[in-house]
Amino acid sequence: MTSRRDFIRISLMGAGVLAIGKGTFGAAKLLSSPDEAKKLKVDLKRTPTYCEVCFWKCAGWVYKTSEGKIWKIIGNDEDQHCNGRFCPRGTGGVGMYYDEDRLKVPMIRVEERGKQVFREASWDEALEYVAGKMKDISSKYGPESMALFTHGSGSAYFTNLLKAYGSSNIAEPSYAQCRGPRDEAFLATFGEEVYSPEVTDIRDTKCLVLIGSHIGENMHNGQIQEMSDAIDKGVTIITVDPRFSTAAGKSKYWLPIKPSTDIALLLAWIHEIIYNDYYDKKYVEKYCNGFDKLKEHVKDFTPEWAYGITTIAPDKIRKTAKEMANASPAVIIHPGRHVTWYGDDTQRLRAIAILNALLGSWGRRGGFYRPAKYDIPSAKIPKYPEPKKSWTDAFPGKFPIASSPVSNALIDASIPDNKPGLLIKGWIINGTNLISSIPDQAKTKKAIQDLDLIVTVDTMPMEITGWADVVLPECTYLERYDMLRISPHRKPAIALRMPAAEPKNNTRSGYNIARGLAVKLGLESYFPFEKKEELLDWQLKQVGSSLEEMQHIGVKTKDREADDLYFAENENVAFSTDSGKIELYSKYFEDAGYDPLPKYVAHEEPPEGFYRLIYGRTPMHTFGRTSNNPNLTDLMHENSVWINPKISKMWGLVNGQYIWLKNQDGIISDFKIKVRVTERIRWDSIYMVHGFGHGQKQLKRCFGRGASDTQLITKVLTDPLMGGTGMRSNFVTFVTEKSEKEVAS
Amino acid sequence: MRYAMAVDIRKCVGCSDCVVACQTENNVPHGFCREWVVETMNGTYPQLEIEIRSERCNHCINAPCVRCCPTGASHFAEGGIVLVEHNKCIGCGACMASCPYDARYPHPDGYVDKCTFCIHRIKSGLAPACAAVCPTKCIYFGDMEDPNSNISVVLKKRKSKTLIPEAGTKPQLYFLI
Amino acid sequence: MEEEIFVSGRMNQLIDPQLNIWHWQIPLYLFLGGMAAGILCIAALYYIRGREKDYSTAVRITPFIAPVLLVFGLIALFIDLRHKLFFWQLYINIRLQSPMSWGAWVLMVITPVSFIWCALHIRDIFPRWDWKYKWLYDIESFFNKYKKVLAWIMLIYGIVLGIYTGILLSAFNARPLWNTSILGPLFLSSGLSAGAAATLILSKNIAERKQFARIDLVLIGIELFLIIHMFMGFLASTQVQIESAKLFLGGPYTMSFWIFVVILGMLIPALLEFMELGKFHVPAIVPAVLVIFGSIMLRFIIVYAGQVSRWLY
Repeated sequence: MTSRRDFIRISLMGAGVLAIGKGTFGAAKLLSSPDEAKKLKVDLKRTPTYCEVCFWKCAGWVYKTSEGKIWKIIGNDEDQHCNGRFCPRGTGGVGMYYDEDRLKVPMIRVEERGKQVFREASWDEALEYVAGKMKDISSKYGPESMALFTHGSGSAYFTNLLKAYGSSNIAEPSYAQCRGPRDEAFLATFGEEVYSPEVTDIRDTKCLVLIGSHIGENMHNGQIQEMSDAIDKGVTIITVDPRFSTAAGKSKYWLPIKPSTDIALLLAWIHEIIYNDYYDKKYVEKYCNGFDKLKEHVKDFTPEWAYGITTIAPDKIRKTAKEMANASPAVIIHPGRHVTWYGDDTQRLRAIAILNALLGSWGRRGGFYRPAKYDIPSAKIPKYPEPKKSWTDAFPGKFPIASSPVSNALIDASIPDNKPGLLIKGWIINGTNLISSIPDQAKTKKAIQDLDLIVTVDTMPMEITGWADVVLPECTYLERYDMLRISPHRKPAIALRMPAAEPKNNTRSGYNIARGLAVKLGLESYFPFEKKEELLDWQLKQVGSSLEEMQHIGVKTKDREADDLYFAENENVAFSTDSGKIELYSKYFEDAGYDPLPKYVAHEEPPEGFYRLIYGRTPMHTFGRTSNNPNLTDLMHENSVWINPKISKMWGLVNGQYIWLKNQDGIISDFKIKVRVTERIRWDSIYMVHGFGHGQKQLKRCFGRGASDTQLITKVLTDPLMGGTGMRSNFVTFVTEKSEKEVAS
Repeated sequence: MRYAMAVDIRKCVGCSDCVVACQTENNVPHGFCREWVVETMNGTYPQLEIEIRSERCNHCINAPCVRCCPTGASHFAEGGIVLVEHNKCIGCGACMASCPYDARYPHPDGYVDKCTFCIHRIKSGLAPACAAVCPTKCIYFGDMEDPNSNISVVLKKRKSKTLIPEAGTKPQLYFLI
Repeated sequence: MEEEIFVSGRMNQLIDPQLNIWHWQIPLYLFLGGMAAGILCIAALYYIRGREKDYSTAVRITPFIAPVLLVFGLIALFIDLRHKLFFWQLYINIRLQSPMSWGAWVLMVITPVSFIWCALHIRDIFPRWDWKYKWLYDIESFFNKYKKVLAWIMLIYGIVLGIYTGILLSAFNARPLWNTSILGPLFLSSGLSAGAAATLILSKNIAERKQFARIDLVLIGIELFLIIHMFMGFLASTQVQIESAKLFLGGPYTMSFWIFVVILGMLIPALLEFMELGKFHVPAIVPAVLVIFGSIMLRFIIVYAGQVSRWLY
């Protein structure tokens, strides 16, 4: 526990978690003597929190030693997201707190962008600098020229700030770089998205079809737990993956599909389901529109046709279709999460949605349930100013289906040469490492050059912080209060995050930073509560709880208002689509000028000597943000490139050898990557885990370890419907000796 | 009382949560681990088979480490749990050499350390840290001599195996296949 | 294709990728202890059989090396301990199933015994030695009276010391290379051989040297026999033992084992001693030094190679 001397006294406006003496539950008081604790009736030994390492937000307890040091993190048994069991990243969250490579003090750039020469500054100076630049941009170009790229709990505060300032250009890379196509496809079909956490009823399903989802390597905690329960109940798992994933290892059927041909398989399944009368007739008749057009559309998409494209035998396609039908409606064609692959992803997810609809799984037990959430009032703030322009004005007509701002479009709009209808001049980046999350790094770096302001809010010195004008260090989730978690689930629930320790060094919470900026910009009225915990107490009291209660229980769940977890028999469900029904045939897409029904389009194949770059996750890490965590680097400190033995033999590569990867555009990876010779990957592809190959020397544990897949993703297939960046059309070859010239560049 | 642990390899996904939980619970120094996860794979694409196992000290009935310890620091505690008494250990390394599972490691403080089945948690009625955290709930722990404990029940229901039984140590870590 | 990997990145220092807990200290001690055991056994044996006059160097002079070897051996052992402050725990516990425990106690007995034996013969080196204190003279005459008992103790404990170093390793069946009961007798013969070689160097009596050359020859024969049978045993045993035998039959330790231990340490000295017996004069020191060298290398290679062999991963 750091001494109070170690933090620089924060000015009044940024009191936040350092409140001393004000109110019984200031964080500082919690860490004082046991005697005081008895008076406060607060359990010194553990404090509630919800995890920030990934988006699942499992609620848990932070246990401390008798000296008050953070010891371990355990799940909260009452929490529906984790059922008392945290995943390895959550359990290793203590490492995020203890990591000595964390950002410690605000910094302001002194040389040109990217050179990483900063000087330390006080919070006041740093916030003043940012506010000053934001005011300049507002007067020169209008507030609409500011953009926010955000991810995580801080999103709410910076979104509030930017909207108050006058811009609606708030992009989450998790939309266009990850789940966007899926959300749009399901919105277009069912009128509702799949949410985070996904509303898949895996624990009661009889057949789980994973097409592009590697559960077990992605650590979606609740889904892995439910899949385990389902395995105990004898679920049939069908995995479609060019790689023998962990899930494939637990599957009854593994379809080793040729990469990029998934839509063909889905269409063949739809064909089988329709033409063999496997579909849920009652459900389709009652709830779906466009069945006849769909039937006509898939007339020729037979398993034999799909075989020629996907290399999956026709009888296997038929068998698996029958399995799905037998299980219906307790069947899930899993929508996956990271679905930005080939640029036609919205259409592929439409096929998945259609298949689910035909099998009657949406809204049924073992399929997809209807989530419920707590209604928590927000603080009363003035109305936001109406921005004169929004991101859609940058390139009118582009990405018509997108219901959220598209991050890559905002990046494009920052490059004057693109002559955008709205030129972006300032970026605030919160909790996302754009260099690693957005493909085509060269473009991102080019866009940064022309900005008037780029500010990063982060806990670690990730690559994006090297490009910033101002680096604002945030404390980790273990050191701050944040908004209540009200994620939708089977039962409405709220979870509290409270600090287990005071912010280390000179860091502040996101709320603090956003409010500090607001004050400097004269927008204090949008952040009426000076301290987050005051707002929390007020909110909780409105719903019959209190901050004190939540500090003791961590998670509060209540029953649903109605017994409507699934559709009732013969319920007249009103879907939020134009027609009020499930749109198998999407008139919405048709009106926008796109295919109303998915079609298979062939994609580029690897040239001679090159292999398709397939990337994925590992359960020990979350993207690139945990690569430096000491607990997690113990498990995995570098990624490896999976190469099929036939190919490694051809190239003379051996297991454990280090090589560089070069892509089709001549980009060579900065760092070497270890070779793993394995049968688990097809001969036309190679596989590597995302999140390594960090080039920041300040990240002492992970600098130079493994290679970065993002660096090699230079060809981007942009989904014309909603801007999703398809990243799986990059091909790499192997470089065993890097010439001096290449190393130096 | 005979404590034992079973890992359901049908459900284990190799996330290594058990390793991290053990590390934070028992303050295992960085760079060392009391448990680990092994993946074995067989076959040729696309006929492949994979087995993932979460492993640790087997707390063998016929433990060679207890037998070889010259000071008695390695001993059997309640339920047959093999423990190391830190202040009796001289750091000679005999136990590390005698374990066919290579389950022990030299702690930086000098003594030899390994999995303790979280005996400090068992005494309070809690499961070991790894069993308590496993997201797939594939780790079972309990008293083999109690026919109603969940481990006795699951071992009766399912086929199981141990690792290198021919080493003769009678390991108490079962893998449900 | 078969693949086995650690998913969780296990790399315990000194345990992975192979056991590496014992370095030079242990093979050095095994050699020093073995040679001391050899010297003391031979001294005790010839004393008991009444051949003290014939082999006076072996019985009276060579044993002076033994306490030095034992003390250095004990120092090496102490340095090897990782939890040094608690070393005394070894001496308040006796565990009959642990060869290391026997070793600690045997050393506890034989080191003082070897000092006493040397003290009894101190005037062979320092003719004008004076104990100065009456009680020391009393102790000397006491032990002189019971010299035969002392010799028996020295013989028995010497054999135990010589053989337990091999049994110590073979108790670790987790290292397939050591999992053979032949290691005990092999180390004992190697120790006796080194002890005999010591006398060969120190003795000025031709008859004595000839006798010890013969002893060495017999011991080398026994060692070669044991080594051959050890390999035959491994190759006819389980897969892990076949693999550990392969370390010496084409693996990384092939050259060092066969050249240093067998050729230089056994075959060439045997040849030289044979020639010596056949009246072809060779300076006795050459085969003796080679034998000692071979004895050291045997222990170093067996300890290091043993740590490479394992059951799993």
